[in-house]
Amino acid sequence: MNRVTQAPAPAADRPAPAAGGGRRAASRPRSGQWAAWAFLAPVVVYLLVFYAYPLYRNVELSLRHYTVRSFVQGDAPFTGFANYAEVLGDATFGPALWHTAVFTLVSLAFQFTIGLALAMFFLKNFRLSAVLRALFLVPWLLPLIVSSSTWSWMFNSDSGVVNAVLGAFGAEPVHWLTSPDWSLWSVTIANIWIGVPFNLVVLYSGLQAIDPAIHEAAALDGAAGWQRFWKVTFPLLRPVSAVTLLLGLVYTLKVFDIIWIMTRGGPSGSSTTFATWSYRLGFGNLLPAFGPGAAVGNLLIVMALFFGLVYIRVQRKQSLS
Amino acid sequence: MMRSAAMSRRAAGLSLAAVAAAGGLVACSSSSGGSGAPASESQAAAGGNYTIWDPYPQHDKSSEWVKLLETCGTQAGVTVERAAYDTSDLTNKALLAAQQGNAPDVLIVDNPVVSTLAEAGVLTTTEENKLDTSAIAPNLLAAGQSQGRTYGVPIGANTLALYYNKEVLKKSGVDIASVKDWASLTGALEKVKASGKKGITFSAIGTEEGSFQFLPWFWGSGAQLTKLDSPEGVSAVALWTDWLKKGYAPNSVINNTQTTSWQEFAGGEYAFAENGTWQLANAEKVGFDYGIIPIPGKNGGTAPAPTGGEFVGIPVQKDTARYATSQKLVACLTNTGNSLTTTTTLSYVAPTEEVQTKQVAQNPGLKVWVEAVKAAKGRTSDDLGTKYPRISEPMWGAVQAALSGSKSPQEAMTGAQAAAAQ
Repeated sequence: MNRVTQAPAPAADRPAPAAGGGRRAASRPRSGQWAAWAFLAPVVVYLLVFYAYPLYRNVELSLRHYTVRSFVQGDAPFTGFANYAEVLGDATFGPALWHTAVFTLVSLAFQFTIGLALAMFFLKNFRLSAVLRALFLVPWLLPLIVSSSTWSWMFNSDSGVVNAVLGAFGAEPVHWLTSPDWSLWSVTIANIWIGVPFNLVVLYSGLQAIDPAIHEAAALDGAAGWQRFWKVTFPLLRPVSAVTLLLGLVYTLKVFDIIWIMTRGGPSGSSTTFATWSYRLGFGNLLPAFGPGAAVGNLLIVMALFFGLVYIRVQRKQSLS
Repeated sequence: MMRSAAMSRRAAGLSLAAVAAAGGLVACSSSSGGSGAPASESQAAAGGNYTIWDPYPQHDKSSEWVKLLETCGTQAGVTVERAAYDTSDLTNKALLAAQQGNAPDVLIVDNPVVSTLAEAGVLTTTEENKLDTSAIAPNLLAAGQSQGRTYGVPIGANTLALYYNKEVLKKSGVDIASVKDWASLTGALEKVKASGKKGITFSAIGTEEGSFQFLPWFWGSGAQLTKLDSPEGVSAVALWTDWLKKGYAPNSVINNTQTTSWQEFAGGEYAFAENGTWQLANAEKVGFDYGIIPIPGKNGGTAPAPTGGEFVGIPVQKDTARYATSQKLVACLTNTGNSLTTTTTLSYVAPTEEVQTKQVAQNPGLKVWVEAVKAAKGRTSDDLGTKYPRISEPMWGAVQAALSGSKSPQEAMTGAQAAAAQ
């Protein structure tokens, strides 16, 4: 092992002369290099205009004290981390953090488990399996406003179908969207439903990529059922699982539409997450609070970035081993 | 090889960043130059284009409203360019446009937004733009006034009242004439519930819409927005909470928008619904006999409901010579002759007594609404201005907390007052 990893080491010294070669190339007619830059330019401009600048603006917004007047005049005073301090000290912060964590973790756990179970199920090709699999994609294809509104109707306390079914079994109606104890669970359930197809598709393709010969070998060795799943399928699926979970995490952290349409983060803040809080601060009021709104948005970005880095770390370790 | 590949990739990344910096500068300078030139050209052109932004995307090019805009443009000798935005988008669009220095010439916005835009310095005062507001009803104009200055003209007004289902009331043995104050209304709801029907529906959603619907009860109790936790204010929250507890109002009101609340009423089971002028056209389609009464005050009389409806304003321009034409456009939209068309098209009550009289003559059914609008009050009135949004948000939160049972009405309003006073 040692020798293998050492072998490329001398190659690392090579870039220096290689770069020198590049300089020599630059002294030649430059047309080639200009062409290369020209090819790069669209992507770079695109990245700058649509990613770097908005991000920069968002950070800047969060570091200044904006009122509607200074927003228009552009003379908002720089206040450092005052907006962040305000947001951290806000009574909404603690609950919003907790709701974001619960919403994200519970959603992910169920989306992944259900998605994996379904993927395993569909791996056994049976008649109509393709049709059924296509049906499972419906939640993904529907516009979020349609699915959230539908969930909102289904969860209606008085005329919703969910309570009607519960009532048929003699249960008391549950105030899904209007009780502070239930609203977070209701939006989580809707989000799980929406996220299952994504997990199903990615995990299904991951499962297909596992060589059937390995399964056969495991079967010959006497591994059966659950044992084969935990000892063979699951470890081999780990890279795909990691991608699925990470992407799911980033999607779920920023979920806004479902919560906003179903409960507006209410009643009285009981389903407010960072995403809906940020929107409420910036746009949900007659008097926009851009600074704190941007601060909450940035906290959200930092969280997603943190998990992204964790993922890269894990992946690098995996590829090294 | 792995590592050298990574190195060269990093080098590529660096050069990418360098190009990025250069490319970015070029892109910025060229784009600002590009957008700057045509704008000044069009301003120089004779007559020229005048932009109008309104929150009525439901009215398309073939509508009476847009035709009126075009006619007014022709009369003023200019071409009107109209853009319609969703009302919740328009505030931020207007702020952004003002920040970029390309605000529209005429802006039509929801009345509680006027004070926000005025504070931002986006709107001109009537002193600057010479708009005539003498005929406008003072209670409507107040929503657009702050510190003695007026920032626009109401194009029309709407407000809230109680729709009732005549059939349901008849079956429950309720005489609508007996509903005069909170006690008699609650009594009526009790009878309705006893007869197996449903009482009242409204919207207590956690947005401005919830505050809008709560205000008639809040003001009807005699409470002031400057003191949310007064005994009167608490009694208004307690009234709603009590209705929910006793089953006179459905639990769904906590999440109802005014539209979903209307859908509940249109189902035919509810005796009462608190809703606005804009549902009149839908009310004709519900398939049962309905009536409308003003929202009663706690001890009788008509409770002041908040005014809805838009203001027409003239945003600040670099080129102040444009105000004269913009003023002609606004005057055209709001003059007595056109006001009748405008308000009928947008289903509003006119802001002037003269046109209100004409409206009632045309459609006697509007009488109750004209009365309600006369008793109505702007949310940003009483010189509250931009303090209103800071009061409204804790208020709708308190209503939600009380209705969902997480706090008592007193606790909820005390908390809201503390938050609003910050």
